[in-house]
Parts: sequence; C-alpha cells; structure tokens
Amino acid sequence: MKKLINAPDAVVGEALLGMEAAHPELVVDHELQIIYRGDAPVAGKVGVISGGGSGHEPMHGGYVGMGMLDAACPGAVFTSPTPDQMLAATKKVDAGRGVLHVVKNYTGDIMNFEMAAELAVAEGIEVKSVITNDDVAVEDSLYTAGRRGVGVTVLLEKTVGAAAEQGRSLDELAALGEKVNSNGRSMGMALTSCIVPAAGSPTFDLGDDEMEIGIGIHGEPGRYREPRGTAAEIAERILAPVVGDFPLQRGDTVLAFVNGMGGTPLLELYLMYGEIAKLLDARGIQIGRSLVGNYITSLEMAGCSVTLLRLDDELTELWDAPVNTPGLRWGV
Amino acid sequence: MAAVRLHSLQAWLREFAKLIAENKDYLTQLDSAIGDADHGINMDRGMRAVVTVLDNEEFTRVADLFNKVGMTLVSSVGGAAGPLYGTYFLRFGINAGDVAELNAARLGEAFLAGLEGVVARGKPEPGDKTMFDAMAPATSAYNAAIDSGHELAGALQQARAAAEQGRDDTIPMLAKKGRASYLGERSIGHQDPGATSTALLFAAAAAALP
Repeated sequence: MKKLINAPDAVVGEALLGMEAAHPELVVDHELQIIYRGDAPVAGKVGVISGGGSGHEPMHGGYVGMGMLDAACPGAVFTSPTPDQMLAATKKVDAGRGVLHVVKNYTGDIMNFEMAAELAVAEGIEVKSVITNDDVAVEDSLYTAGRRGVGVTVLLEKTVGAAAEQGRSLDELAALGEKVNSNGRSMGMALTSCIVPAAGSPTFDLGDDEMEIGIGIHGEPGRYREPRGTAAEIAERILAPVVGDFPLQRGDTVLAFVNGMGGTPLLELYLMYGEIAKLLDARGIQIGRSLVGNYITSLEMAGCSVTLLRLDDELTELWDAPVNTPGLRWGV
Repeated sequence: MAAVRLHSLQAWLREFAKLIAENKDYLTQLDSAIGDADHGINMDRGMRAVVTVLDNEEFTRVADLFNKVGMTLVSSVGGAAGPLYGTYFLRFGINAGDVAELNAARLGEAFLAGLEGVVARGKPEPGDKTMFDAMAPATSAYNAAIDSGHELAGALQQARAAAEQGRDDTIPMLAKKGRASYLGERSIGHQDPGATSTALLFAAAAAALP
C-alpha cells in the first residue's frame, strides 16, 4: 500500500487537522470529529447537517459553509459516523428552528442517524431526515437494503442548503429534499479498486482488462463485470439506465453531473462529459446546468459516475444561489 | 443453581474482545467478500474501547455495566455493527436491571431482550444472512436447554453450538439486508461476517460465564 499517510488508524484525524489549517473559516471538533461552519448556529436558519464514512472527500466536510451544510460528521473510512457525533452536531447547529439530517441510504448510516435523531428529539430538538437513494444500479429494491445514496447527495446538500439560507422551515426543507431525491438518478462504474488504509489491500479484485458497471462508492459490486470499453461505450452503458429509470422525456431539462471516483484525471472526466452531452442531445434532453469533477469519491478508485437531476425553475435558482464551502464556491 | 456474577459477565466481555482481536483479519476478509471490508477493524476498535472501560471503571450493577458497554460500542464502532451490538447490550442491561448477579433463567431473558433490540434496530427476517441468523438460534437453544433442566454450562455450550450452526447456515443464503444485499446472487456461498462475530459472542459466553 502506497499512500500519503503516517499511520492507517490516524488518517481521518490527521486529515481534519489539515482541513482546519487550510480553512480557518471552519471550526473542527477533533475529539468528536465534527466540522462546523464558523458562525453556527446561524440565527433564524434551520440547521442542515450530514455525515458518512470518510474516503468520499470533498463530501461531506468539504460542503460545510454558507449555502450548504452547517456541520458534517465524518466516520472512519467507509464507515458510518456514530450517534454521539450527530447528536452533538445537531445540538450545536440548532438555532431554534430545528435541524435537517441528510442521510445516504446505507444500513449503517440509517441506523446511526436514527439513534441520533431519537436522542435529539428526547432533548427537545426538532429533527427531520431526508434520505438519498439515487443509485439505479441496485435493481431489485424489494430484496436489498434499497438503492444507495450517491451523486444526488451533493446536489441535494447544495439546493437544500440554499433554501435553508432563504429561511425556509424544517418541513419545507424536508419536502424539498424529497423532491430533489425523487428527481435525481445516478449510476457509476469503476476501472480499478481502492484500498481502505486500515485494511491495506484492495477492497475487490478487478482485472487489468475489466471494468465494473454499477459500482457503489464503497466498492460494492455493480450490475455487470465486463471487458473494459471505450469512453463512448461506457457513457451509453451508464447513462441509458439512468435516463430509462425516470424515464426522462424529450424536452426535459437536467443538471448533468459527471463525477470522478478519485483516481481519474479531470481530462478524462471532461472527455466523458462530452460523450454524455452528445447522448443527452441525441435523446432531446436539454442540459440546463452542469458539474464536472471529483465531488463524491471512493478513495483512489478510477472511474466515474453520472447523475442527472431534472430541473425546474425552483431547483435551478437554488443551484445558482451563492455558496461558500471548500468543495463548491460561487457567487460570493 | 449457579448464578452469573458481575465479574463473570466482565470476563465474558473480555473474552469476546479477545476472540474479536484474534479474528480481526478473518472477519474483515469475510466482509471484503460481501461487504465493505471493515467488520473486523470496527469490532476490534469497539471491543478495545470496552476493555478500556472495564479496566478503568468499577461496576456494581449489571444494568450499569451493560449500559456503559452499549454506549461505548455505539460511539466507537460505527457502521451497522455499532448500533446493532450497542442496542443488543443496552437492552440486555435494561432487562437484567439493578442487580449484581443473574441466575440462568434471568440470563436467558436478557439474551432474549438483546435479540429483540437487534430486531427493532435492524428489522432482520430469518434467512436474510445477518447476525440474527446466529443470534436467534443461539438464544432459543439456550432458553430451551434451561427450560428442560440443563445446567448453565451445558446450556451455554448448546447456545454456542447453535450460533456456530447458524453462522455456517448463512453460507448458502442470499443476502437481503446490509451491503451484502447489493450482491444479489453473488452473495451466495459466502459466510456472513455479522453472524460470524455473533458466534464469537456465544463462544465467549460458553468459555467465560459458567
């Protein structure tokens, strides 16, 4: 294992030290491992927090700041954070109007946030949760833990965060979160595996000439393992199930998000975006907004995912609203 | 009939921590086949935290001991295993109550309360390929043995054997909960890591409690 680390067990804690040093506008609780925006709690605003395993940076800590999250709780690499973290974050960001938990649909995340919400409610704080489950690679939700939360989580944290800045209520934000989730779909693919520092060896084996279509962000297996294809072939392979699942209609407008898994150069991501744009154009689907880059990663995995969010005026306006975080910043 | 005292319950937890540490890489290897390759790492981190608590704090009541153990696991394990094992020990302690020892029948009730906590938290069905598939048969075997007049040691041996059988029975199962469920058919043929750590829990009980 070759990594820029000192000790496998210290990776998350030491990364938080660096995060604090690089972003003095954030406040880091090193004992509980929580990243706060410096001015939390923000008077008159519903608090919005999220959290999840580390290894997906910039998600979630990189999305803490004006226009997105009030706090993020990182867990160990690929492991859900714990209820004591979410409870402390919930209490600190509550300005009296309640707190929204943004939770990705994984068994561990759901259970830990559920315990935290129970504890927070017992302390008199109003909490609602919105769950993202946009990964269409999971086919039969009846017999699985359900679709995984992936790329839509980033778009949801941006749009719901913007709405929270406008002063919307907890109920309105929860409803908006549902709307974003139900209008978004994703699918990913991997060219290589990744190494969890504490494990020291690749999470799964993938031959030099193979790719995994429908991969999860923790290396969960996808729908198919097949010989690797060209970018054009891969684009069709991951876009078709996404478009088909809505299904999107000719004339729909989307935010097209091509995300890198961490080990793929931006050069290739833009090449993929070009392929995706061509395929959307051929289907008569308009691209209203775009996002290209590494925003929800899987350590050093090579590969990408594509997320489409069906846009209306409300979501477009919330997407364009100012944001000031380490991971996304515009309009400020 | 022999009663289980606090120091025996602490020995159970220490033995569980030891077995988890010894099997840390094995559990992680099982988890990398059908999950996310962290079960051994996370359980070892949690049980080491539990041992630190046992080394540093005095307990006089079963409820207090297991409340502390449950909260320690909830705050140190993460993943799904943290809330599940945490809830198990929290409910075990609440059921055991404000006492300094448990007789064999009361121990069985506490095992059952822990199991019910896991069901409430994770909503597993039998055959979903989870820790429930080792925990439920072990709990039933223990209580059936006590009901039919077995001594504590014999009942714990039956619980251990049932947990190990339940663990082995997860191999041909199709996973329907947790990350393994994303594999669908490909989860068949792999032993469930959660059922494996639960078999260690009952092996530790059989070794340390009588």
